[in-house]
Amino acid sequence: MDAMKPILETKNINKFFLEPVKFHVLKDITLQLQNKEFVSIMGKSGCGKSTLLYILSTLDTSYEGDLIIDGENVSHQSQDSLARIRNENIGFIFQFHYLLPEFTVLKNIMLPALKLGKYSKKEIEHNAYQKLEILGLQDQALKRASRLSGGQKQRVAIARSLINNPKIIMGDEPTGNLDSKNANIVFDVLRELSSEMDMSMLIVTHDHDFAKKTDRIIEMEDGYIIS
Amino acid sequence: MSDFSIIWDISKTHLVSKKKQTIVAALGVTFGIGMFIIMMSFMTGLNILLDGLVLNRTPHVQIYNKTDPTVIQPSDSYFGYSTNENYIHSIKPKSRLDRIHNALPILSELKKNKLVKGATAQATCKVFYLAGSNNLNGIINGIEVQEESRLFNFKDYIVEGDVNSLIKKKNSILLGAGIAKKLSLSVGDNIQVLNTSGANFTLTIGGIYQSGMAEVDDIQSFVNLKMAQQILGAGGNYISRIHVKLNNIEQAVAFSKIIENLYDVKALDINTANAQFDTGSSIRTLISYAVSITLLIVAGFGIYNILNMFIYEKMNDIAILKATGFTGKDVMYIFIVQALIIGLIGAGLGIGIGYGVSVLIDNIPFNTEALPTIKTYPINYDPFFYITGLSFALVSTFLAGYLPARKAQKIDPVEIIRGQ
Repeated sequence: MDAMKPILETKNINKFFLEPVKFHVLKDITLQLQNKEFVSIMGKSGCGKSTLLYILSTLDTSYEGDLIIDGENVSHQSQDSLARIRNENIGFIFQFHYLLPEFTVLKNIMLPALKLGKYSKKEIEHNAYQKLEILGLQDQALKRASRLSGGQKQRVAIARSLINNPKIIMGDEPTGNLDSKNANIVFDVLRELSSEMDMSMLIVTHDHDFAKKTDRIIEMEDGYIIS
Repeated sequence: MSDFSIIWDISKTHLVSKKKQTIVAALGVTFGIGMFIIMMSFMTGLNILLDGLVLNRTPHVQIYNKTDPTVIQPSDSYFGYSTNENYIHSIKPKSRLDRIHNALPILSELKKNKLVKGATAQATCKVFYLAGSNNLNGIINGIEVQEESRLFNFKDYIVEGDVNSLIKKKNSILLGAGIAKKLSLSVGDNIQVLNTSGANFTLTIGGIYQSGMAEVDDIQSFVNLKMAQQILGAGGNYISRIHVKLNNIEQAVAFSKIIENLYDVKALDINTANAQFDTGSSIRTLISYAVSITLLIVAGFGIYNILNMFIYEKMNDIAILKATGFTGKDVMYIFIVQALIIGLIGAGLGIGIGYGVSVLIDNIPFNTEALPTIKTYPINYDPFFYITGLSFALVSTFLAGYLPARKAQKIDPVEIIRGQ
């Protein structure tokens, strides 16, 4: 694969909110994310950075412009095939942990892989243990997700985002809800993953210290990318 | 298939984590299905009992002599119909014998017919039962006991004594229960009967007959066919009625037409004779269905409510499942599967409870003079009700689950994630 070919690319993405009044949120967003690149998106709240992330993640489909993931234009694909693309290519980390509280930690991590259906249940379980080990949580595997502490939950969410070995990991303020010690752990894990596991990172954050340590900062203001 | 096993796994985990609501929702179905089965079993049990009371002992086709006036009067054939001069007032039927002409050949022809399960001959005579200075008028039927028992469950209506006494002893009589009571007679006693021409016969009571219908029990008794012919003072070919039972009751109407065409007799089919019973049964069945369906719909609303609540509680889960690659359809199936599991558990319990209560009712003593053969409340254990109940449960829970599940399918994960 051409090293310079971007893993994710947008061309002139525009987005409007229609309620309560018509509002132009994103204006001509054109950006590229290279393979293995660790990029953070910064900006004041309300500048549209989260909205952009949901569009890039294929969750939000009401926009104008083109979104190209791994060379494939996904702007006008059906919801079902987008779900498949998310499942296979994109790992998610949110500000709030978003684990399924009734399931065990292990099950939470396994679910996206079970959905993908590429490997047998046994292999998936083995992989899930591996991911937990990377994050130092292997001894929590059989606990219910609702029993973990906030930092642990966020690390489990990272492990889950890794389970299908996606090409891109997206985070919406993954450290926003954590103390600095846990935030550092999360950053180190992400950093390590991007260099060792061939993954690109696209992280929306408010945290300057966090952003400074990434490869590139995309700054946004009033719906534009300013740098 | 692997998709299904994940959906199943998630549904199960959801239900197990909400045991109370699951059980409440399932109990709604249980109540509906249980009541449906109990009501239908009891109602149709009763229907069968009441129908049986009449239909089992009613011949499919009754053959007797015509008493209608001749349709084409001699003067009609002579003058033709067109003239006004030929008009006859109050036509009366011509006098005929009670007995069927050529009864024995007809009987043997009927018995050979493939459609016919059996045919029995009867000789009816009007009599007076004598007791001291009292005369009770009544009817004695001469019957072929074994055939009557085989075809029309005659044995069921003998409440005391032995039905075969008619065969063992020629002058034996099975006396109507009402007559026995009025004359204070019991099995083994003698009774005197007087025929219409004044001859006196002494008969021994071999048993008591009770049909459950007072107007019958007050006048009707049975003797051997030969004895009846003797009371009538007639020969062995005197037969006033032939009762036919067919292999298939549906053919009764057509068969009676054929007989009327072949022989110079009147043939009355069971549908004409007992039209009102059909109407009664079908209306009772209709009411049972209406009540049961109402119960099931109420249960369906219960499931709808509880699933709606589940979905509001699980908004976060739905968002995260969709964000990690589950499609809207997967999410919809998760909730439909939950609805169906609730439906299955509910229906299973409902069938169990329905069967249990049916057995209970079946064992409650129910004695009534009107129904001598019945000892407990009647129950119909038709598997059809159990299958219908199960299908009802699955269909109604599917529908109740489908609407909320559709809503879950359409939930926009972005809105939920942003909302936090």
